[in-house]
Amino acid sequence: MAKKDKGKSKVTVYPDWCKGCGICVEFCPAKVLELNAQGKCTVVREEDCIRCGFCELHCPDFAIVVRDKEFPQKDKSENSDKKTATGKGA
Amino acid sequence: MARRKKRKEIFALGNEAVVEGALLAGCSFYGGYPITPSTEIMEIMSARLPKTEDGVFIQLEDEIASMGAIIGASLAGRKAMTATSGPGFSLMQENLGYAIMAETPVVLVNVMRGGPSTGLPTCPAQGDVQQARWGTHGDHPIIVLSASNVQECLEMTITAFNMAEKYRTPVILLLDEVTAHTREKIEIPNEGEFEVFSRTIPSMPPEWYKPYEETVRGVSPMPPIGSGYRFHVTGLTHDRNGFPSQRPEEVVELMERIHRKIDQFFYDIQLVEEIDTDDADVVVIAYGCVARSAELAVQQARENGVKAGLLKLKTLFPYPRRHTERVLAHAKSLIVPEMNMGQMSREVKRVNMGRVPVRTINRIDGQIVTPSEILKVIMQG
Amino acid sequence: MSEITGNEIIHQYLRHNKKFPHVLCAGCGHGIVLGTLIRSIHSLGIPRDDVVVVAGIGCSGRLAVYVDFNTIHTTHGRALTFATGIKMANPKLNVITIMGDGDALSIGGNHLIHAARRNIGVTALVLNNNIYGMTGGQSSPATPLGSTTMTSPYGQLDKSFDTVELAKGAGANYVARGTVFHVRKLEKIMTEAIARPGFSLVEAITPCHTQYGRKNKYKSPVDMYKWMKKAAISVERYEELPEDQREDRLPIGVFVAKDRPGFEERYFAMKAEFQKKTVKGGK
Repeated sequence: MAKKDKGKSKVTVYPDWCKGCGICVEFCPAKVLELNAQGKCTVVREEDCIRCGFCELHCPDFAIVVRDKEFPQKDKSENSDKKTATGKGA
Repeated sequence: MARRKKRKEIFALGNEAVVEGALLAGCSFYGGYPITPSTEIMEIMSARLPKTEDGVFIQLEDEIASMGAIIGASLAGRKAMTATSGPGFSLMQENLGYAIMAETPVVLVNVMRGGPSTGLPTCPAQGDVQQARWGTHGDHPIIVLSASNVQECLEMTITAFNMAEKYRTPVILLLDEVTAHTREKIEIPNEGEFEVFSRTIPSMPPEWYKPYEETVRGVSPMPPIGSGYRFHVTGLTHDRNGFPSQRPEEVVELMERIHRKIDQFFYDIQLVEEIDTDDADVVVIAYGCVARSAELAVQQARENGVKAGLLKLKTLFPYPRRHTERVLAHAKSLIVPEMNMGQMSREVKRVNMGRVPVRTINRIDGQIVTPSEILKVIMQG
Repeated sequence: MSEITGNEIIHQYLRHNKKFPHVLCAGCGHGIVLGTLIRSIHSLGIPRDDVVVVAGIGCSGRLAVYVDFNTIHTTHGRALTFATGIKMANPKLNVITIMGDGDALSIGGNHLIHAARRNIGVTALVLNNNIYGMTGGQSSPATPLGSTTMTSPYGQLDKSFDTVELAKGAGANYVARGTVFHVRKLEKIMTEAIARPGFSLVEAITPCHTQYGRKNKYKSPVDMYKWMKKAAISVERYEELPEDQREDRLPIGVFVAKDRPGFEERYFAMKAEFQKKTVKGGK
């Protein structure tokens, strides 16, 4: 889906909120996630994440967050331009 | 002193007077379902409310929905009411309990007809008195008012709204078919001649606001939905913030508080009218259209040399214990006439505790208790 | 700092004084519906103060307490009646009801059809998990024929309700169905449903593994998501399927999309007419 984004994302799982249902693990196309010994979701192959967003959208407990890794070369002005272009804030 | 402005006089049904009273009290939302003998209230509301500045009238699919809609409207800041009779009153019990638990002011008028079940749809009765007190499940406080003539229908409707708003609670106005369908001359009070109470709106910052907290007035202020005070409303037992709680100490706090907010203001809530009770040997305790018969009977008894008096109950619940105690100080006997098998006489006997004989007159045939019936019992001594 | 997306948006809308994770079972789709609802509201840019979430009773009824909107947890089946009152009392509010299948179709069935007929401007989310979950797994009007439940131990004998057909028949303005597997699609229809005038109904198919799945040959919550993935088909493609292949398929998408003005719009338009007349007639 978004192969070009591979390796650019940081995947965070909140173990306190995870109930270990396994939906994210089962459907992750890049097999980034696994259930650990406690039955909770953990990130094992973050570099393979293609940022399809499935796990974040399908986590019933809002326990996964996928966001950009902080890249030092990121152009700040470009970012702020993008923000104004989006128009209405929430 | 300025001369009192002449009051407008109209020739109205009891049900019509309820509407007049409601509009004077600031009612701006009516949700209902037609049922005899309360339907005129709904019909007149459907014509009147849309023509008022902000009035909303809606006919719902049933009485359950009617009660739900008026609670919703009340949460959104409206003074809301519904009216029904017998079977409809049974259907409203579910959400009536919700209004008690969520402390939502609404007014429910029940025009009593013969029951149980479909019963006597077009005949009067007073069979819903204890249902009004205990109809919804769970231990709960409730305010139940009544009216015995058309003028009182107007006045007690205003009172019902005031009490609902003041104590954040549903108030039931119990009428009977005779009172609701009597047409007589009434006076519409002018603005300023009667009290109108509206719920207090919070003024503190939203994060400080607690919707279910005890205050000096008894209850927390109540903001309309959408005004920036976002909170949770539930029928579950809840904490001061409105969030569900099962902790025994929080449950007790809530339950005791919703009882106390009514109990502690008994002097404001318990309304009666006393006629010739000061020196009465025989006191008739009555309410609704029966009180009207009783008034004439007491007058005729006096003409016949019997010291009779009438304690007319305008508030049925919480039962006016104090007023009953006062007449019991000198009364030698009590008479409780009513159109049921003895629902209010239970309350009277509970307060009397065997001190004086309590005689009852009960009719369940869809006919009123007549003055002569009451007079006969008074004259028996 | 990069823009906030995904679950971080949702975190901003959760009530921070409530305990998390929420009360629902592992793998329950209700959380996904709640997340989707929050994203829809966020994308429409509706201020929190203007959103009223009215929930019924049951597992779905517990969702309201977790979100920082005006939230009302009503009685069983009656969410739409409260919502009707709120919308009529203040038409500016965005009123969204969350109901379960038992809530909306059984005890609240009458309110549902009348809300649709009346076209009151409320968005009704029906979270269909085919079972009464909170009371321990009894059969609901959406339990499929033959399923085993606590009150149909020998198999469900009666046919289940088709929520979409019911709402269509009752005249709803907007009717759509989604699943919690197809979240983006669900978000799209939910956003559209909230934005539209009149009565909108969105049925969200959400699995209940604890009470339904386990007794009906779904080994894990994941199996139920696999079933949704397999069974769901867009309504357009479903219509093209020959009759004999339609069984066991679940059409999702938008079924009705009209723009009839809501009941509240018609009511207040009538009122405005009266007010105009009084101004004209005034001396």
